[in-house]
Amino acid sequence: MSVKTLVIDGKDVSGNDNQTVMEVARENGIRIPALCHLDGLTPVGACRMCVIEVKGLNKLLPACVTRIEEGMEVSTNSDRLQRYRRTILELLFSERNHICSVCVSNGHCDLQGLAARHGVTHVSVPYRYPSCPVDATHSRFILDHNRCILCTRCVRVCDEVEGAHTWDVMGRGIEARVITDLNQQWGTSGSCTSCSKCVHVCPTGALSEKGKSVAEMAKHREFLPYLKQMREDHR
Amino acid sequence: MKARVATVWLDGCSGCHMSFLDMDERLVELAEKADIVYGPLADTKEFPENVDVTLVEGAVSSEEDLHKILIIRKNSRIVVSLGDCAVTSNVPSMRNSVGTDAILFRAYRENATHALQIPDKVIPKLLPRAVPVHEVVKVDVFIPGCPPSADTIFEAVMGLLTGQKADLASLTRFGA
Repeated sequence: MSVKTLVIDGKDVSGNDNQTVMEVARENGIRIPALCHLDGLTPVGACRMCVIEVKGLNKLLPACVTRIEEGMEVSTNSDRLQRYRRTILELLFSERNHICSVCVSNGHCDLQGLAARHGVTHVSVPYRYPSCPVDATHSRFILDHNRCILCTRCVRVCDEVEGAHTWDVMGRGIEARVITDLNQQWGTSGSCTSCSKCVHVCPTGALSEKGKSVAEMAKHREFLPYLKQMREDHR
Repeated sequence: MKARVATVWLDGCSGCHMSFLDMDERLVELAEKADIVYGPLADTKEFPENVDVTLVEGAVSSEEDLHKILIIRKNSRIVVSLGDCAVTSNVPSMRNSVGTDAILFRAYRENATHALQIPDKVIPKLLPRAVPVHEVVKVDVFIPGCPPSADTIFEAVMGLLTGQKADLASLTRFGA
């Protein structure tokens, strides 16, 4: 392991060569927005909210999966990046039916929170209004595809932390959907342990506990870095 | 001279207008700067000409909404989308993925026990989709919230009347 030095937003910083730009930025108090990324899960670079500019490269890189390099000069918050992030958020809102006012996660939602922080006061692209099913067959939880942004946090936490791999993604592009087991009703899943980890890492109201009404579904994610740390310590 | 302000109620629940009234004594302050020339709170039938600021509550959902919003845009200097229904089409949009025929059938046939018929007289015909105001006409200011708080509405409207634009993103959000 060797130490590498780089510049992020004009600040001289350093990190180990196996660290990502996102990790080193956070260690140094520089906040790069993220949506699919969650501490404790393998980063996948799916949502693109964490895009950064690197001097000498004309393409943008996702900070959550980009390893630091010696001498790198990173910009995390330019006007262009802000504009792209707003567009990403608007596209996410337009893709499914995110009705914040009647959502279980109103006030606790990562998508809603990021929109507020990035000054998204309206969605400039036309809404799609797709017809999306709700799966309420599980005895304790509900899957509402209307609110899903395909971040795959549920897929990763179920596979990497719980070890059940109940969740996966089926279909391509705009037709992609998260599924349980072999695309069957969640209530009939033989692999689901009902641990609720997926529900709590879900950034929106796509996964919720039954019995929760509007704005009642606060998520608790403290367990994730804790479980990860415990496992690493016992390795 | 006082500014001419209008308020309009399209496909919404009137909650934004209730929030407007919640400005309480600040309505007096507002009345010193503006006259309300049209809206559910004023007794005027036709939308007037030369309106400075129009606050639009609700999504564009029926043929009447569409007819109104085109006149509103033509006669208003500044059009404001007030609240989530105007800004995002919000709850009214929940019928969009179901279809107009199916939603009318559910309401007037399946769930009714008396005089089973889908109304086709007097009340305006629904458009295929309830859409945000800015998908139909140009909107100048967006005030999300369900409803936006009285504080937010006051800051926004006073900002428009005094020329000091309020930072709406810091005051409200979708679903607020």
